[in-house]
Amino acid sequence: MIEWLAEPLGHGTALRAMIEIIILGAVSGAVGCWVVLYEISYSAESLAHGLFPGLVGAALLGVPILLGGLVGIVAAALLVALVTRLSSDSADTAIAVVVTTLFGLGVLLALSPGSPPGIQALLFGDLLGVTDTDLAVAAGIAFCVLAVLWLFHARLLAVGFDSGSGRAFGLSPGAVTALLLTLVAVTILVGVQGLGNLLVAAILVGPAATARLLTSRLRTMFILSVSIAVAAGIAGIYVSYYAGTASGASVAGCLVLAYLAAAAVNAIPRGRPARATSLSA
Amino acid sequence: MAVSDVGLMTAEHKPVVIADHVELGYGGEVVLGGLEFAVPTGSRVGILGPNGGGKTTLFRALLGEITPLSGGLEVNATSATVAQTDRSRLDYPVSALDVATMGSLARLPWWKRPGKTERSRALEALAEVDLADLARTRFGDLSGGQRQRVLIARTLTADADLLLLDEPFTGLDSKNEERLERLIDRLASSGHTVMIATHEVEQAERWDLVLCLNRTQVSFGDPAVAISKPVLEATYGGHIVEIPGQPNLGVLPAHHHHHHHESGKQS
Repeated sequence: MIEWLAEPLGHGTALRAMIEIIILGAVSGAVGCWVVLYEISYSAESLAHGLFPGLVGAALLGVPILLGGLVGIVAAALLVALVTRLSSDSADTAIAVVVTTLFGLGVLLALSPGSPPGIQALLFGDLLGVTDTDLAVAAGIAFCVLAVLWLFHARLLAVGFDSGSGRAFGLSPGAVTALLLTLVAVTILVGVQGLGNLLVAAILVGPAATARLLTSRLRTMFILSVSIAVAAGIAGIYVSYYAGTASGASVAGCLVLAYLAAAAVNAIPRGRPARATSLSA
Repeated sequence: MAVSDVGLMTAEHKPVVIADHVELGYGGEVVLGGLEFAVPTGSRVGILGPNGGGKTTLFRALLGEITPLSGGLEVNATSATVAQTDRSRLDYPVSALDVATMGSLARLPWWKRPGKTERSRALEALAEVDLADLARTRFGDLSGGQRQRVLIARTLTADADLLLLDEPFTGLDSKNEERLERLIDRLASSGHTVMIATHEVEQAERWDLVLCLNRTQVSFGDPAVAISKPVLEATYGGHIVEIPGQPNLGVLPAHHHHHHHESGKQS
């Protein structure tokens, strides 16, 4: 068993993938709690998908993925803001229109003859392809995101609790929400290389949503969310290593399994037997 | 200034709120006009008016969220609201102490996190509203009356001296209602000025001052003088049921009592 567990760690690629997923799990698990508490999962997922043309553009031009993603995510955010303002439709509709357009544009670029191979890695990620430099960059950014979360914890909590009274208590709900969205965007950027454009939302929303099912205590929710993200990430790497499956998809699969397990646990409430009795009576 | 509040004024205390020919509204359109009143420190002010009568707009102006379209509105205090608790998120994972501590953010610079000092101040505030023993309880698990008092504790943590209570008695049973009334009395006697939006005329009669609004200021002053049948008719649009034996007073028909959700939406 120990050999079985230790074997992948002897391989540089699997070890780096392991370290990468631990970094991603720590930062996504924490940011994800705020995404779930602020009920902005849909916006977060849309941001992740909307930056696709940026990633493809970076691959075509041969510039770093992170840079392409940054341009892509800023463009997506600005477009959503613009369309929301111009159209009379709801923000939901604006986001859906902008994101499908951008994603379609990305696919069009990706399928063009000039496109380098490896576009698939942009969609589904390539955890086994991370370099030492990638790891250092990811660790640095993750540290900064976690530090900002720590510093603004009380303000994020207060605005999420009731943004309506925020201003009366010296807070500016708009600025705090913008800060959170920026952190979400940065977290997506860190995760997109490993997990890809389609799967990065899984580690951002999945563990936090799972933790939310299991506890109503804030501190416990953060600890659980980060633990689940890291554990499911590591499990995914092992699955990928031994079953030969795609690494990003394996991690996403483990995250979904964790959520389903939590939902199953949650579906057995204390009051269930009593209700069954009253139904049969 | 109304004649009736002269008795409450002392030479060394400037009124907490002075409204001088104030008109309030949004986008140039007047929603509430004719405001002309002064509120002395430590008074309890009942605000009567129908839904859409301008109570929420007045609160927003007192909080500094909107500026008057015309006239002068002077607020010589740190003001804070106590919102209706059914508008706060009950599924949110915070304890009573967490919520009370949020008030301290008003005083802290942005780079400072609330620490031990802030939490012990919040605990004191919870003790002031008789909730010290429930400090660790989840906010959503508290009763409506307890949640209301937690939100009052939050304003105390913020060191606010002008408290704006938005229909705080809605949904409370008589025991919690009495408890909240006693708390308001206590806050006023410790120097807080409390303005309470309410639908209960009888309640407003027990406080120091009353302000009747119906898109304009109908009356202001000592409730004994400022509340009369004609005033209530002007405030609520003439649908007043008389109390037998008390020809000068009225009670409101039942449908005025439970429409707080509508008044909430205008903010």
